[in-house]
Amino acid sequence: MSQNELSLETAFQNKIDNELKIEPKDWMPEAYRKNLIRQISQHAHSEVIGEQPEGNWITRAPSLRRKAVLLSKVQDEAGHGLYLYSAAETLGISRAEMIEALQVGKAKYASIFNYPTQTWGDIGAIGWLVDGAAICNQVSLQRTSYGPYARSMIRICKEESFHQRQGYQIMLELAKGTIEQKKMAQDSLNRFYWPSLMMFGPHDSESAHSEKSMKWKIKRETNDDLRQKFIDQTVPQIEFLGLEHPDKALKWNEERGHYDSSEIDWEEFYNVINGNGHCNRQRIEHHVKAHEEGAWVRDAQNAYTAKVVLRAAQAIA
Amino acid sequence: MNISNKDNSQADLIEYATRLGDDSLILGHRISEWASNGPFLEEDIALGNVALDYIGRARMYYTYAAELTGEGKTEDDFAYLRNERDFSNYLLNELPKGDFAFTIVRQLFIDVFNSLFLPQLQTSANEHLAAIASKAVKETRYHLRRSKDWSIRLGDGTEESHQRMQKALADLWGYVHEMFEPDELEKRLIAQGIAVDTANLKEQWLAEITETLNTATLEVPEAEWAVRGGRAGHHTEHLGHLLCVMQSVHIRYPGAKW
Ligand SMILES: [Fe+2]
Ligand SMILES: [Fe+2]
Ligand SMILES: [Fe+2]
Repeated sequence: MSQNELSLETAFQNKIDNELKIEPKDWMPEAYRKNLIRQISQHAHSEVIGEQPEGNWITRAPSLRRKAVLLSKVQDEAGHGLYLYSAAETLGISRAEMIEALQVGKAKYASIFNYPTQTWGDIGAIGWLVDGAAICNQVSLQRTSYGPYARSMIRICKEESFHQRQGYQIMLELAKGTIEQKKMAQDSLNRFYWPSLMMFGPHDSESAHSEKSMKWKIKRETNDDLRQKFIDQTVPQIEFLGLEHPDKALKWNEERGHYDSSEIDWEEFYNVINGNGHCNRQRIEHHVKAHEEGAWVRDAQNAYTAKVVLRAAQAIA
Repeated sequence: MNISNKDNSQADLIEYATRLGDDSLILGHRISEWASNGPFLEEDIALGNVALDYIGRARMYYTYAAELTGEGKTEDDFAYLRNERDFSNYLLNELPKGDFAFTIVRQLFIDVFNSLFLPQLQTSANEHLAAIASKAVKETRYHLRRSKDWSIRLGDGTEESHQRMQKALADLWGYVHEMFEPDELEKRLIAQGIAVDTANLKEQWLAEITETLNTATLEVPEAEWAVRGGRAGHHTEHLGHLLCVMQSVHIRYPGAKW
């Protein structure tokens, strides 16, 4: 490393230590840039792929009110994808490159979306638990060191709390509904609880990106701390619904001031990440198909814009 | 049986509000099928917006029809507990979403129609319908701008987009005519100043469509075919499948609240 780079890096770290934001035009270490592109694009892809499992129920929503709410939720998620792609673009990568990386499997998305939405209850469980887990993570990312990412998180968090509420409301209606509805709610809770805990990623001791990300304040809280927060907040919510907690070993630990819980099935976690979830292939193939079917539309838009520019130039000449 | 005039016109009004609700719901449902299927993310969002507007309209029309009906009926009874033959939407609304060109051409036809229809419904002697129209007319202004812009971009874009648009125009043309043909029920309500006389809208509709298509370098179809029957519950085969999907959860749990 040259003398110059060394002092740049010191200045960079100083800024971060002083809670100043790094902006697109500021100098940053290459590894910081890469790390951010990976994380932000993965986050963007998750928003976009997440349209699929929830979109799966827009046409079957059991009331018009639910249909409208779900539709606007899914639409929000597409919007989140858009803000996040834009935030990543400030780091010198294009949306087309990011989409390409997703489609060839180089970039990841949240593995939770490889689980199928089989019942209407799953839409409740996803809004409540999956968006709930995402909020825990995103609230902490509002203080992330990269300015455009932090600002997009602030915007996104405002909408996320509506998402969680709509999910919980679905669960509440089911839980206080008929016996069959209550069964549906319990089943969805049972299936989505553990995968939601997995959303926070591996234990800190196993996490490949954690240490550097913390030093650079890309991440502000560790996987395990965020997960604990989520576990704790979910307990009274399950109680209020009158449902059974899926973790039979869950116990309040007076000393820690937190709930102790069973170990997550990490084998399942890696199994799904590695392509063995019910929907891994389907999600990517769906994305590729929509993208390919839209190619002629994008081409037409570009061709038309070029014609307009040309006509304007000819009009001046 | 002796049904008074008032009861008759009440029944007409319920049916009219239901029809307008059906048009909105079925189209909104079709557009909502674009979620995660758009040509790019901005279109997922924009189409989602349009779908939401239509579902919102359906809810307003149905809620009004439910109020008039009484008996504790709600908007959901209209959406979820009626059969194919009970639905009275124009056929144009129920056709599968097709490719993006098909969706855009359908929107263009309907947006131009609504941009003429809604301002007239705003002046309806029925203040409920007039109020719904006042809200919807603002949304339609935005929808129309979008569908005109897209028609021009795609018509005057590439060879492929041009051909797809021309094909969509040909495939949809026969479904537009019934929109301008009020039946006896609508005629009775027109006479009372409640319903819009859509027959009067056709000339201007055609003029606006022609103007947009000219700008888009597209040709106005001349084909003579016309399919009719939506208002009388004579539907294409597509509606039944749409309703099967839409109503599936609701009807499996009778009496449940969501
Ligand atoms: Fe989101
Ligand atoms: Fe998110
Ligand atoms: Fe969300």
